[in-house]
Amino acid sequence: MDFEPIAGTEELRKEFEDFFKEVMKDAPPGWANSPDDLATDEGWAFHQRIARELGKRGWLSLAWPKKYGGLGKSIFEQLTFNEVRAYYRAPGVDGFGLAMVAPTLLAMGTEEQREEFLPPIARGEVTWAQLWSEPEAGSDLANVQTMAVRDGDYYILNGQKVWTTGAHRADWAFAVVRTSKELTRSRGLSFLLFDLKSPGVEIRPLPTMSSHSRKVEAYFNEVFLDDVRVLVKNRVGEENQGWAITRATMNFERSGLAGLGGIRHSLDELIEFCKETRWRGKPLSEDPLIRYRLAEIAVGITAGLATARHVLWGQHRVEMGEAPAMEMVPRASSMKYYQTELDQRFVYLGCQIMGLYGQLKRESKWAPMAGKFERLYQSAPGPNIYAGSTEIQKNLVAWIGLGLPRT
Amino acid sequence: MDLGFSEEQEMLRTTTRDFLTNECPAELVKEMAEDEKGYTPELWRKMAELGWMGLTFPEEFDGMGMTFLDLVILLEEIGRACLPGPFFSTVVLAGYAILEAGSEEQKKELLPKISNGELILTLALTEPSASYEPSGIKVKASPKNDDYVINGTKLFVPDANVADYMICVARTKDGASPEEGITLFLVDAKSPGISTTLLKTIAGDKQCEVIFDDVRVPKGNILGELDKGWPVVEKVLEKATVGLCAQMVGGAQKAMEMSVDYAKERIQFGRPIGSFQSIQNYCADMVTDVDGSKYITYEAAWKLSEGMPAAMEVSMAKAWTSEACCRVTALGHQIHGAIGFTVDHDLPLYFKQAKAGEATFGNADFHREMVAKQLGL
Amino acid sequence: MNLDFIEEQEMLRTMARDFLQTECPKTLVRELEESDLGYSPELWKKMAELGWQGLAFPEEYGGTGMTFFELALLVEEMGRNILPGPFISTLVCGLTILEAGSEEQKREFLPKVAAGEMILTLALTEPSASWKPEHISVRAVASNEEYVINGTKLFVPDAHVADYLLVVARTEDSAKPEEGITVFLVDARSPGIQCEPQLTLGLDNKAEVVFKDVRVPKRNILGKLNQGWKVVQIAMTKGTALKIAEMSGGCQASLEMANAFVKERVQYGRPIGTFQVLQHYLADVWGKTDRTTHLAWEICWKVGAGVATPFEVAAAKAWTNEAYKWVTERCVQCHGAIGTTRDHDMGLYYRRAKVAELDYGDTDSQIEVVAQQMGLKTHGNDQRRGIRKPLAQNKERRRCGLRF
Repeated sequence: MDFEPIAGTEELRKEFEDFFKEVMKDAPPGWANSPDDLATDEGWAFHQRIARELGKRGWLSLAWPKKYGGLGKSIFEQLTFNEVRAYYRAPGVDGFGLAMVAPTLLAMGTEEQREEFLPPIARGEVTWAQLWSEPEAGSDLANVQTMAVRDGDYYILNGQKVWTTGAHRADWAFAVVRTSKELTRSRGLSFLLFDLKSPGVEIRPLPTMSSHSRKVEAYFNEVFLDDVRVLVKNRVGEENQGWAITRATMNFERSGLAGLGGIRHSLDELIEFCKETRWRGKPLSEDPLIRYRLAEIAVGITAGLATARHVLWGQHRVEMGEAPAMEMVPRASSMKYYQTELDQRFVYLGCQIMGLYGQLKRESKWAPMAGKFERLYQSAPGPNIYAGSTEIQKNLVAWIGLGLPRT
Repeated sequence: MDLGFSEEQEMLRTTTRDFLTNECPAELVKEMAEDEKGYTPELWRKMAELGWMGLTFPEEFDGMGMTFLDLVILLEEIGRACLPGPFFSTVVLAGYAILEAGSEEQKKELLPKISNGELILTLALTEPSASYEPSGIKVKASPKNDDYVINGTKLFVPDANVADYMICVARTKDGASPEEGITLFLVDAKSPGISTTLLKTIAGDKQCEVIFDDVRVPKGNILGELDKGWPVVEKVLEKATVGLCAQMVGGAQKAMEMSVDYAKERIQFGRPIGSFQSIQNYCADMVTDVDGSKYITYEAAWKLSEGMPAAMEVSMAKAWTSEACCRVTALGHQIHGAIGFTVDHDLPLYFKQAKAGEATFGNADFHREMVAKQLGL
Repeated sequence: MNLDFIEEQEMLRTMARDFLQTECPKTLVRELEESDLGYSPELWKKMAELGWQGLAFPEEYGGTGMTFFELALLVEEMGRNILPGPFISTLVCGLTILEAGSEEQKREFLPKVAAGEMILTLALTEPSASWKPEHISVRAVASNEEYVINGTKLFVPDAHVADYLLVVARTEDSAKPEEGITVFLVDARSPGIQCEPQLTLGLDNKAEVVFKDVRVPKRNILGKLNQGWKVVQIAMTKGTALKIAEMSGGCQASLEMANAFVKERVQYGRPIGTFQVLQHYLADVWGKTDRTTHLAWEICWKVGAGVATPFEVAAAKAWTNEAYKWVTERCVQCHGAIGTTRDHDMGLYYRRAKVAELDYGDTDSQIEVVAQQMGLKTHGNDQRRGIRKPLAQNKERRRCGLRF
């Protein structure tokens, strides 16, 4: 085991840093790369512009095999890119496509599927939406009810999906659906890919609490499926074997690396703010309590990063077929909620430091840092719930990491 | 020692709760968050008819002659309903300033009108320094003939945009220490030279920037004594802090009840999620936080009501409640899962209310420092 | 970069774990805790035969030529098993001599350490209970070809069994407190040294060492005269890293113990490990332990490679301090009442976690370093790290009615 930096990654790191430093100059004020930021038209256009630029350079697919649009580099280059991008809180990466669909196809898709779907992802030209949750299938995803009935070369889909992030902007969807009437719960599920422009797909926005009314852009949606035709050849894995695919897919982006890098950047910004802002005649950064808490967050990030790198290391091995997916579950699950809870603590600290000013919205006079922490406060509880709630993650750590019995 | 409420107090609570359940549904709260004024005249009138505004005013001023403790019960229910509007500003902030420092004439002139719902007032205290200490007062009031001329900027002034009068806390003299030389002025909100800008806030409550540019106020509009205003501000802040705690407690309790109900109803994995032990533990933690906040708030409220010194209790209540209510609402969200996150759901109202209350009248760190001072540290 | 262990490292870990399990069971641990010596000379010899003490010394000094990182892996196993004794104390000093000593000193001390014939310890802290140079009050005054040392050191680990003490003394007053400090290699049998054991929570053989006119030859200066603080920093960095490794092993052992217990212990007609709350406690402990372990590996590798920054070292110690305490507390909780008894092994780790926090810098002092490294200045009113008066003299405390 050694932590020697890889020869050549320093130049590449500088290239990434120069790129992001430059493009982030155009970021809308108070940009935190949060779902609220991406929900606006301005934010979305910004994201897409950067995605194309990254796609042109091949940076979205650094470690993929060349034949699918990758650069064939190693996990370290990918790690370096991820760290730098996370630090600059830059958009341009379709998380669903890159961190879920692509690894899934690399590890478990057919050659045809890889050739069809991977290159557009690598070019940053396509956006994916995750059609998993339903009103009665939140934490209990195996309770999915959306039916997919076989009709020759197609499945016919009927049902309702909910909490679909970005569906209104997405091109394609990856969905978990029920392909058997007899097999219950997780035993009758299949994993399908389909075009969201297909007839029968209706998308309705679901605004979140960052507004008081429905009069804002939302990033959540409900998706209604009414006799939607999906090609059978776009099924990943075997019919009724979709649960295994789904579980493997879940693990691919749970390293927390992106999250931790983002916290570090925001921490640096907050520290700058504290140095420049005086309260009771002294810079906020010199208040002993604030100083202590800022340092504690830095410690938390450092500890998290050491493990996050190991998670990525392990996930890459799974992607390349060198290790079974189960191996990474406890660590990935543990890191997922570690990072979301640390982020929440950080955001709360930021709000607390802002004091009365922390209440002010972006568009208000006197709002500090363009109301960044007012927004983040409202999106902070979300990540503890999404992508597998903290409680579910703890169950996985307990059952798989510790061998404790399922209740 | 009797930790219970009297029959009259229980009745006050019940009637208030019933009234607000009917008159202040969540839809109204959300509507008012995006409304410029932040309250409806109809509801304001009904509240006045119930005697709420003058609850603690002496009967000679059209009040009900009830105690601060009674008002705190009312405020707890107001917090439970997230009632929007200038009630707190008018009754707690301005009302107690007038009761504490107003002359007989001023009381006669203002209190009945407040009681009858005809006047809206507020206290313009904090400035861009965002401080609740006397050293934070830099807005100046200089004498000129029979007037005082006020100059400077106040920030986070609640409901200044709908107030008829603002009680402006200004510096009239630079004394040996910051508490000396502060005076309270009753300022007509329509005075020339006042510009009020509405700030947009997380909870949708109406806070304003108020710029005073050579605003003239007659000498007779001084509330209390020249240069001796700070002790009045302190007394008002004590009550306001406890009143705010009560509102926060009311909200946190409602959030907790919603979460427990949801945990009993929501089925996943073939059973109510409330049958999972971790959810049960969260609920238990919420109860502990709500109860703790309630008792510490009511102890402070009782002491203030009885006219006893309560600086320590007030600060303990705010330090504890500020953080407890944020914890409770955060746990509420964790229990509700994604549905609690949507704009249609009511839980976010409480989440935001807790946040808004956290820093107002001093956050937990500030009040812990106050407690430390009281301990002689 | 390679985030997997190589075969030699895997073998070292397995071998160490097996050896310690056999040679140092918990019965021996308890025996040694109660004993005056605090370690087993027999076991010490066996470890030397395995090459443990000299693992990270170059072969020319009697060592095995492996890396500091591999030594840390060994220490991790010691923490997991619990190995009472002066291993870390000795190695911290040995590695410091390796880095800062003269050729003569290396040849004199290192082979003996590797052979298990020399025990060393660092005498740094004093009643001021501070890790800062300005609080060093032990003095060394030049006298012909010698220096004369006077003063008291406190919390010196394993001083009572050490052959030599690395004594940190002030040789010159200076405007900058880091200047004017010198480290001396002092023979523990020198006349004028009095060693009094301090009974601690960890039963880990700390001692008060009083120096009264203790004479040390000039050639026993480690590093340069008046420039000893650099040497202290070398020792502290290595000590911190090894301590972190030891603590991470302790976390792992605690977790294993608690996990095994909840699977067996039956209450309400079922193993308590089937209750979700306990499953979630242990899931949190798993995560905390996992992160502590990865952090320990990374920091130990970096310290060994000489690329660890002060920020990283302080952050790692701050993290591990709190993690180890938290993990052991949770694991005691999972055990219920039995976890609080003297007889149960959980207590061994719980106590050690608290004491380990204090070794090489408690959390507050580490956070202070972290904050400074982040560029966060104080406004000078740093009450937390002032000189502490002995409690009996502290009138302020008595006035508050606090009793000890």
